[in-house]
Amino acid sequence: MVKFRIRKLDILFGTAYALKQIDLDIRSNEILSIIGPSNSGKTTFLRMLNRLNELNSNIKISGEAQLDGKDIKDIDIELLRRKIGMVFALPLPLPLSIFDNVAYGIRMSGESDKKVIKESVEDALKRAYLWEEVKDRLNDSAFKLSGGQQQRLCIARTLAVGPDVILFDEPCSGLDPISTAKVEDAMVKLKEKYTIVLVTNNVKQAARVGDRTAFFLNGELVELDKTEKIFTAPKDKRTEDYIRGKFG
Amino acid sequence: MKNSHRTQKIAFFFLLSATLLIVVPVGLIVVIIIQKGLPAINWQFLSDIPRQGMRAGGIFPAIIGTVYLVTGAIIFALPIGLLAAIYLSEYSKDNLLNRVIKLAIVNLAGVPSVVYGLFGLALFVIFFKFGASILSGSLTLGIMILPIVITTSREALESVPQSFREVSLSLGASKWQTIRHIVLPNAIPGILTGTILGLGRAAGETAPILFTVAAFYLPQLPASIFDQAMALPYHLYVISTQVPNVDEKIRYGTAFVLLALVLFMNLVAIIIRYKFRKNKKW
Repeated sequence: MVKFRIRKLDILFGTAYALKQIDLDIRSNEILSIIGPSNSGKTTFLRMLNRLNELNSNIKISGEAQLDGKDIKDIDIELLRRKIGMVFALPLPLPLSIFDNVAYGIRMSGESDKKVIKESVEDALKRAYLWEEVKDRLNDSAFKLSGGQQQRLCIARTLAVGPDVILFDEPCSGLDPISTAKVEDAMVKLKEKYTIVLVTNNVKQAARVGDRTAFFLNGELVELDKTEKIFTAPKDKRTEDYIRGKFG
Repeated sequence: MKNSHRTQKIAFFFLLSATLLIVVPVGLIVVIIIQKGLPAINWQFLSDIPRQGMRAGGIFPAIIGTVYLVTGAIIFALPIGLLAAIYLSEYSKDNLLNRVIKLAIVNLAGVPSVVYGLFGLALFVIFFKFGASILSGSLTLGIMILPIVITTSREALESVPQSFREVSLSLGASKWQTIRHIVLPNAIPGILTGTILGLGRAAGETAPILFTVAAFYLPQLPASIFDQAMALPYHLYVISTQVPNVDEKIRYGTAFVLLALVLFMNLVAIIIRYKFRKNKKW
């Protein structure tokens, strides 16, 4: 089943193209990895999906982007962002307690029943594999957690809102290998219930967790295929060069 | 080599001298005021009304008048200034209208205080018929400190990292929820600091209250916001230039109280800022 359907998507910042004529489908319950060098438009693509790009008043977007067959511009923007969670490149806890970080999205959606909030927070922390580490200090500041814990807190915070899709924007770029492994673990397990789009600078990470992998270069989608194919027999020479580390 | 060393020494000497030159007047003012004013300070001076044509007694009505005026000014300036700052920092786009607004704020800060006094007289005292009253004086002072409140509040709001806003929005919060729950709470210390600095400015100004509220001599406390009131800066002006033979002690005592009030408010602002910097988490 197709979750996102993107057709003829162009994005310009001022007069500079960030993305050119992107055609791409994202399927339900897959992990789609997007790889490519810096400035290839990966993050712009990701932030288009939850319309976070539109904070930039300089941006022009044309083309078609549908979520479950409905144009994303016709979906209420707050509802859209609850359906599409996002985990940012750096762990970005809000300056609140651990509990309040996870509860934030639920509270903003209008939930005020303390019992419901408490259950959702616990459930989200468990699914992000953080519950055991923080259950005794939920009222501590989120900044007291380690980098890897903070990033899993950010995942829990996203899960608590109850999304269908989770966007990961280079989620491990600031983490050590052990924390990275934990976050990757969490991602693979989350696939059962969620559609995941992972932007990564780390080619090996894409190979480890992605079902399919897309290669972006200079704002264009060069190649999209099953991850094994991309990494064993890429069709395009540029993909092969990038994966082998010949540029970028 | 030797020559450049000597040049450096000379430059250093001038730089240090210029810096010291700033400290000296401040130190002298504080020392002289304390030395001459402190002996006048006692309970009676702070709590009694002026007597014998202001040559004896205390300055209680002037202290209370200044407190009322400053409170009134902030009740007026804080909400308007804060709302304007939120608009400018969070909602406004870079267009002609907003550039005009920003220019107006900068210019408002540069208007001489006596012009505010005349403006308050024309608008509040005469046009709105509030008369010379605490209301007119507070509004005039409020307008005078608006630019301070707006500018510092805007800086405080803009210093909250953009990433917090993005996180909040990405979790499905609306723009207003983001401002209300994330941006404002983290900007409050900065906003408070600016507000207190504005208060200190309002407490010390004479010209804006000259035509709008200040009473030459008023032995009782004001009963409502439509009454005139005495105020410390104007009282100081009166006993220094308008009334002959006022004891030096009373004059410097009044100056001491005014200075202490303003410095105390600045001190509170500094403490708030210091605590905030220490607890800052990003």
